[in-house]
Amino acid sequence: MIAAVQRMPAEVLFVVFTRTAFLAALVVLLAIVSPHFLTTDNMVIVLRQAALQFLMASGLTLVVLTGGIDLSIGAVLGLGACLGAGFIASGSVLMGVAAALGAGLACGLVNGALVAYVGIPAFIATYGMLWVAHGLGYVFMKGEVIHGFPAAFRTLGAGFVGAIPVPVLIGAGILIVLHVVLHLTRFGRALYAIGGNAVAAKLSGMPTKRFLVTVYALSGVLAAFAGLVVIARVNAADSGTGEELLLTAIAAVCLGGTSLFGGAGGVVGTAIGSLILALVVNGMNMLSIATFWQAFAMGVIVILAVLADVSFKRRMQ
Amino acid sequence: MTAAARALRAPFARVPELPGAAFLLALLAAGFALAHPEFLSARNLSNIALQCAALIIVSLGMTLVILTEGIDLSAGAVLGLCGVVMGLLLASHGSLPVAIGAAVLIGVVAGCCNGALVAYAGMPPFIVTLGVYGIAQSLAMVLTQGNSVTGLPPAVRWFNEGDLAGVPVPILAMVALFALTWVLLYRTRFGRYVFAIGGNRRALELAGVRVRAWLVAVYAFAGLLAALASFIMTARMNAAHPTIAIGLEFDAIAAVILGGTSFEKGNGGIWGTLVGALAVAVLRNGLNLVGLSTEWQVAVVGLVIVSAVALDALRNRA
Repeated sequence: MIAAVQRMPAEVLFVVFTRTAFLAALVVLLAIVSPHFLTTDNMVIVLRQAALQFLMASGLTLVVLTGGIDLSIGAVLGLGACLGAGFIASGSVLMGVAAALGAGLACGLVNGALVAYVGIPAFIATYGMLWVAHGLGYVFMKGEVIHGFPAAFRTLGAGFVGAIPVPVLIGAGILIVLHVVLHLTRFGRALYAIGGNAVAAKLSGMPTKRFLVTVYALSGVLAAFAGLVVIARVNAADSGTGEELLLTAIAAVCLGGTSLFGGAGGVVGTAIGSLILALVVNGMNMLSIATFWQAFAMGVIVILAVLADVSFKRRMQ
Repeated sequence: MTAAARALRAPFARVPELPGAAFLLALLAAGFALAHPEFLSARNLSNIALQCAALIIVSLGMTLVILTEGIDLSAGAVLGLCGVVMGLLLASHGSLPVAIGAAVLIGVVAGCCNGALVAYAGMPPFIVTLGVYGIAQSLAMVLTQGNSVTGLPPAVRWFNEGDLAGVPVPILAMVALFALTWVLLYRTRFGRYVFAIGGNRRALELAGVRVRAWLVAVYAFAGLLAALASFIMTARMNAAHPTIAIGLEFDAIAAVILGGTSFEKGNGGIWGTLVGALAVAVLRNGLNLVGLSTEWQVAVVGLVIVSAVALDALRNRA
């Protein structure tokens, strides 16, 4: 126990150090490569991109803290985007938002129930949900693209308050709320306990099953909400929306230093991870590297980030 | 039991106590047979056999990986990359052996990467294979610019349409690879270690077995099978497409779990997987036959499989 506590700071230090170094190196490199990089316009683009990725990765962070995983978030984001787009394009913004968030909640609740009450491994349950949600989005859209949303709705993704993009404000708000929830509430502390030692958490009287369902539900709702922000930003939705975002979200969580074994990490790390990934994507765009390479970069980053953390932890032992 | 009877029984001694897949298969077969007269026709049955050959081949590798308490989410993307590389080499007038060699090499290398990161670095299998999935998928898209590779020489179609002594090549390949995997799993040290790694890895390590190296071999074998399956799929489409097998890993994982192989304690085996893959293939074929649109198929297949896995989990807990 004491050894574990003493070991923690070194691990946290390692994560903070490597990520800060990576972030700094990236900024310096991009500033040298492109004179356009440090302009206000580009910073707005980077921050908005980071905020979009964070919306999706924030819920996932909570799931990963419990030692679980949610592979369905990309598809749930897509389903939310499709349902939302359908209603919003036909004039009812409120209905669209409700349908999207409702779908996200339903998917999340099913995920949570399968994991907590049925006892299916998280990556199987949520991987199945990936195909169910993707299929339903596909059924709803029938291969079509819905575009052209009312200006009021588009503010959600493309608007500004002063010089700050609305998604950045939303992302910052969610970051603060989740950070407070994680560190100051019983629910938040319980997530770390479940991830650290699920049996001990249960024996100490925590309603672990109920909390697990809540976490997956939250992940689903946040993913669907991210879907609304995405379609408000790009002004269009199709059944493929969000498909490529799963790997990015997982990369953001891993880069943020949240342990895939559960019990350690947090949303602040994920926010920094999202920022790094947004810079990587931005840099690739500025160097006109084909978008096909982005999944490659995400795959390599996921593997390297986890590899670094796991190796460091081993060396400490 | 007499010696003769025992010898006769031996190959079936590993048939597990009917997994959930057997009930699902019976239910689906009965349902579709009633719903559509065509379902039980010889033509449709041979269609199902041809369609599930690639799935069974990939599922065999997946079974071994899952027996070691792992998972391979990269199988579909790696299969796609192998097909694309073979297609590109053939389309630019490379010889067939070179193209086949290159595809096999890529499958094995991808598998070794998965295995090494899982075994030596101690990373969770689903994150490793998800990363490799991204990398393989991206490379396949970059190589083809997202398009199909067409203009393959007619020789390629042998992998799907050819036959030896009247047996179609995909069926033959499937049977041969099943037999190979059966021998590896039940008659060699490799197979015993596969079960033991899932059962009690620590004990195996303490017994002086080089567990890490064997684990790499398991993932490499899965990569090899994905490469071999890519020949059949490419031949069937007569073109190589980078996303041809995206989602195939889901069918394979479903086949394995429905077949009674569990993620814990190294329980299960390839007979169950065979039944599981047949159930998945019958489900897809039947839905096509009764005219369910492809949009609905994705959702229904996901739903049926998740429900079946959930029921199985509940049944095993009871």
